[in-house]
Amino acid sequence: MSPIVKKVAQLMVGIIFMYGIYIIVHGHLTPGGGFAGGAVISGAFILLVLAFGSNVMNLKSREEGSSVVESVAILFFLLLAVLAFFIGTTIFFSNYLPKGNIGELISAGVIPLYNIAVGVEVAAALFTIFLALVIYKEEIST
Amino acid sequence: MHNLIPLFIVIPLASAFLVPVIGRLIKGFSKIITLTAFLCLLLLSLNYIFLSDFSPIIYKIGGWEPVENIPIAIYLVLDSFSIFMLCIINVMAFLSALYSVSYIEKYTGINNFYTLLCIMVAGLNGIVLTGDLFNLYVFLEITVIASYALVAFGTEKEELEASFKYQVLGGIATAMILFSIGLIYWYTKTLNIADISEILQTSEDHRLIEFSQLMLIAGFGLKAAIMPFHGWLPDAHSSAPSPISAMLSGVVIKAAGLYVLFRLFFNMYVISFDIGVLITAIGTLSMVVGVFLAIGQWDLKRLLAYHSISQMGYVILGVGMGMLILAKNGNKTLAALAIGGGLFHLVNHAVFKGLLFLNAGAIEYTLGTRDLKKMGGLYSKMPVTSVTSLSASLAISGIPPFNGFFSKLIIILAAVQARFYLLAVLAVVVSIITLASFMKFQRYAFFNTSAPKKVIKEVPLSMTAVMIFMAVLCLGLSLLILPDIRDSFLGPAVNVLLDTTNYSTVILGN
Repeated sequence: MSPIVKKVAQLMVGIIFMYGIYIIVHGHLTPGGGFAGGAVISGAFILLVLAFGSNVMNLKSREEGSSVVESVAILFFLLLAVLAFFIGTTIFFSNYLPKGNIGELISAGVIPLYNIAVGVEVAAALFTIFLALVIYKEEIST
Repeated sequence: MHNLIPLFIVIPLASAFLVPVIGRLIKGFSKIITLTAFLCLLLLSLNYIFLSDFSPIIYKIGGWEPVENIPIAIYLVLDSFSIFMLCIINVMAFLSALYSVSYIEKYTGINNFYTLLCIMVAGLNGIVLTGDLFNLYVFLEITVIASYALVAFGTEKEELEASFKYQVLGGIATAMILFSIGLIYWYTKTLNIADISEILQTSEDHRLIEFSQLMLIAGFGLKAAIMPFHGWLPDAHSSAPSPISAMLSGVVIKAAGLYVLFRLFFNMYVISFDIGVLITAIGTLSMVVGVFLAIGQWDLKRLLAYHSISQMGYVILGVGMGMLILAKNGNKTLAALAIGGGLFHLVNHAVFKGLLFLNAGAIEYTLGTRDLKKMGGLYSKMPVTSVTSLSASLAISGIPPFNGFFSKLIIILAAVQARFYLLAVLAVVVSIITLASFMKFQRYAFFNTSAPKKVIKEVPLSMTAVMIFMAVLCLGLSLLILPDIRDSFLGPAVNVLLDTTNYSTVILGN
């Protein structure tokens, strides 16, 4: 890609990434949440790969990394749900953290944590799918 | 004890995502964790079937109590019918995973295989446990998406084509199911199955509900591969790896297709005679046409796959007759006999068809072919495979004292007593043709003199052990015919379907 595309991508990626994080952490207050924010974050990564390109070997190692992150995020989500099992309440998926005041950023108990786990999971999963497609195309052409 | 129900979904899901993280670092971890997880599930489900007091256990996720008797939480409902299905699912899952230990070595990407298998089991357990219509849809998707990937696991041309066909037809089925759920939600304003049932019992008939019933029959009929919707099954079941074929044929078409059909049409909708006729008709159709399609096949696994369609016909025939009798306010013991026969055949089919697919896998493992014409003389070379497949073949063709005989006998007896003479005759004829086609399998695979020249050995221990255990199960399940044992295992499950309105009153009453 040309230097213009690279520079613009560099400038935009940070903002897109921040916006994704904003949507994820405000998931319990505003429309959006883990899935939407995760998709935005993965968009930032995809933009970088598109603008700068990369050789197949590099992409493969990145794909492995992102698929590990994906699995870890799901395990974290599951852990949050199962923790409720053991901490006093003994109810699966119960909201065991203090609820806080309605409308504040840190409120609604575990729901923001679930949103963060879903956000990381979706970002990693979409990025993995994108990388898998790119690697497949590269392997076909060589 | 009641708090353990979510473990049926948590354990396989956790092991599914531990495999790609830790399995990368430690070789063999995926096998150990999957087997451990499935063993836990097996013990858990056996614990429930042996220690249950036959009253449904209701688990409200998140601890949300109903407000003014309107359920808010997603319910997990463990009643006798669910326990019955859970046992089939988890026993078969454990045996398939054990069988895969040696079988899967010839493939690459073993970690992916175990991850997908765990996800599939999590979805199946969820389908059987959930008491919420949309949640049912989500678990259904989890199951079938995992099975799309597992069918394509060999990534050869044939497997990919089968998987593609399965995905297209499965996608159509999913769309119809989702549309139907949407219609029901629009009409009743709730998604809880018990709540819907209560609303439907008090409201008058509506075209919308009839339409949603037909959409559900088409959608779940596609998942269960009942006759007019069976196009994907022979390809998908024959090209998957053999333990997966055993899971797909033994469990997935039952839990994701038949279980849901029975549950929704008995416990959610008001039972109607017309729907009973429709279900019995498609059951009979798939029973008869399936076996005629099967007998001409030379691909071993394809032959078995067509027999799955035919044997599912028996199950639907039994339960459908029960539905007809119930809809006409007929004799309840007769309805119980018909439904009991159907469910008995369901568990029997899971065992003997699972075993037959594992036998086919063992033959493919040593010979590298599924073509019956290229086999022969395996009786002396692979004695364990031969003997176990003989017992499974006798069971599926209904020879006493194997389990298939008794379940078919009950279905035929019920048909005669309910004066469906034509159905009884058809069931007998289909059974005879089944025997003929399995004699062909035995003759060409094991007792033929023109043996292939390859050096053939019996398959590894983990595979033979599973096959022997399932052959013993083929005989042992005949015990379900004894009244005492039947009343403690099969009877409660039949009662759930028989007392159609009891489901909603019990769940909403709590």
